[in-house]
Amino acid sequence: MAIDIPRIPLGDGIEGGLDFLTSHYSMVTRGISRVTQSGITVLNDGLMWLPEWALMAIIALICWRVANLRLGIGAVLGLALIWNLGLWDPMIETLTLVVIATVVAVVIAMPLGVLAAISDRFYSLIMPVLDFMQTMPAFVYLIPAIPFFGIGSVSAIFATVIFSMPPAIRFTTLGIRQVPKDLIEAADAFGATRSQKLIKIQFPLSLPTIMAGINQTIMLALSMVVIAAMIGADGLGSEVWRAIQRLRPGDGFEAGIAVVILAMLLDRITQALRKPKKKTS
Amino acid sequence: MTETDETNIKIQVRGLSKVFGSQPKKALELRNQGKKRPEILEKTGQTLGLSNIDFDVREGELLVIMGLSGSGKSTLIRCLNRLIEPTEGDIVIDGQNIPKLSEKELLECRRRHFSMVFQNFALFPHKTVQENAEYGLEVRGIEKKSRVESARNSLKQVGLDGWEDAYPSQLSGGMQQRVGLARALANDSTVMLMDEAFSALDPLIRKDMQQELIELQHRMKKTTIFITHDLDEAISIGDRIILLKDGEVVQMGTPEDILTRPADDYVARFVEGVDMSRIFTANSAMRSVRATARDSDGPRTVLRKMSDNGLDSIYVIGRDRTLLGIVNVDDVDAAAKAGKDTINELIQNDFPKAGPDEPMNNLFAMFNDKSYPIAIVDDNQRLLGVVVKGAVLEKLAEAGEH
Ligand SMILES: Nc1ncnc2c1ncn2[C@@H]1O[C@H](COP(=O)(O)OP(=O)(O)OP(=O)(O)O)[C@@H](O)[C@H]1O
Ligand SMILES: [Mg+2]
Repeated sequence: MAIDIPRIPLGDGIEGGLDFLTSHYSMVTRGISRVTQSGITVLNDGLMWLPEWALMAIIALICWRVANLRLGIGAVLGLALIWNLGLWDPMIETLTLVVIATVVAVVIAMPLGVLAAISDRFYSLIMPVLDFMQTMPAFVYLIPAIPFFGIGSVSAIFATVIFSMPPAIRFTTLGIRQVPKDLIEAADAFGATRSQKLIKIQFPLSLPTIMAGINQTIMLALSMVVIAAMIGADGLGSEVWRAIQRLRPGDGFEAGIAVVILAMLLDRITQALRKPKKKTS
Repeated sequence: MTETDETNIKIQVRGLSKVFGSQPKKALELRNQGKKRPEILEKTGQTLGLSNIDFDVREGELLVIMGLSGSGKSTLIRCLNRLIEPTEGDIVIDGQNIPKLSEKELLECRRRHFSMVFQNFALFPHKTVQENAEYGLEVRGIEKKSRVESARNSLKQVGLDGWEDAYPSQLSGGMQQRVGLARALANDSTVMLMDEAFSALDPLIRKDMQQELIELQHRMKKTTIFITHDLDEAISIGDRIILLKDGEVVQMGTPEDILTRPADDYVARFVEGVDMSRIFTANSAMRSVRATARDSDGPRTVLRKMSDNGLDSIYVIGRDRTLLGIVNVDDVDAAAKAGKDTINELIQNDFPKAGPDEPMNNLFAMFNDKSYPIAIVDDNQRLLGVVVKGAVLEKLAEAGEH
């Protein structure tokens, strides 16, 4: 015999909370929305304004400088393919969203990561939250984004920031905690203050680890930005989305390959930044 | 000895104890009932790292803290600058009681008084040699120009000029530790703390570094506290040695005190196997001079002094006991017979001479065929005493027994 336990109204509670937030903080959300939207527009227009070949040259040059010539050539070939497939504009839209979401995520993540490294209390508080954020299916973030920011790119950024932030926080914390204890002790012995230790010792020494976190954040951001096509974000994702709706696997794959190329470029560049050129410890 | 006793006290440590664990009170209570470290650990689970340590650090001396692994050396040195919080006791430096300082005062105190050299170097891998050497000054907010200069200077002192732009990873272990030393020196603090600073170096480089430290220390007269578990090292560099065991002081004294008068079996065992002839100095075999001649003495007076003391040669000193030379009985006798009234032209200079710190095994080779005793003189050429051949042999034989 089934015992009739009333269902806990978890979902109702969350909805109530979201309603409350949207109605009482609409000023805030509208402000955020406007700032974000103009950021997107400026960056997007800027990138669009550049002729394709010019942007290709810039990206190839960056690849060459930070990594090697091979990556530079690879970048040219990959980008040329995207151009040829007629996916240049969506690619730029996607890149814009990724860049903005990553910047916002990193700016928020960095102080949180440092705080979690310094304070054990905050560490034990934030870690379960990060676990939650990372294991929650990515789509779920899209839903509350809409009442806050409406359909479109701002909602996509919002969801992407939340989804992609955890690795940046985690790796910052990890990097700072990994700085050898004897170096901290040496700094202490010379009378360094907490911020002197942080800025001059802990932060530079954990930079490779932090960059690894940022790399992951970028990758997550890219995947989320593509998914965010479901709530009306522009870009390669919406090409895929359209291909699904029209049952055109060819188009879908073409857009998918463009995503892969973009992902590889972003990944290789940030990987290369991670390894300092000559300093080894 | 009396000289050093009068010098200023730099740091005064009184009743210093450290308990590792969450119930220090309980551990100290047992300690006060006369219980020792192992028993306290068994009963309370607390480690008595240091127990009731008293000592003074004198201005300008090189004080060595020695003891077996786990005896509390690192704990002691880290309590001084509060990298480890002492459980009880006073550490007074220039009138400030370190355990009582506020966070801010502590920073100030560390900056002014202490610089530290670490066993594993603890250099900052992302900074160049130059930037590493500047670190202490950078922390103190010294302006760039003067800190570049002091860092350069101290790098030069440790023989690293030309390496300013290298990264620590590009240097050998010995060179890295020189950077550690330069970082401490550049800081111009009043006390240098060195925790097994040379232990990670291979033996040859280690000897070099010891020599260098001694020279630096003599030159700069910087108060230095040096930890080692190596007695040879302690003896060759220390002005004084403190021996720790299970967190307690078992003996405190000059290297020679510890070698010749070990306080207990623990110290004696520690002392076994040390090359004694290297350690004994001229000072330890020196005897006071039975008689000396003055340059103003006439031959007859000198002859009388010699026969009274059974000497066949005698050292001649001027005013202020400055050593002028030696005369031997045959010459003086001849001069007396010839009716001369001065010994001035009889004075010879082919006699052996050494400072009080000369190691014993160098002395032996100095005796020449005339078998004059070795004159021991201080820096101003004043005669302190003499060492005779028999005394050296005696001391060397004594060393062999150990
Ligand atoms: N943080 C700590 N927590 C608990 N016990 C400690 C701690 N630090 C040191 N001890 C204990 O205190 C005692 C003294 O340690 P300390 O490191 O001062 O010895 P040491 O003389 O420097 O030895 P070594 O020659 O091995 O460096 C040891 O028994 C050690 O286990
Ligand atoms: Mg130690």
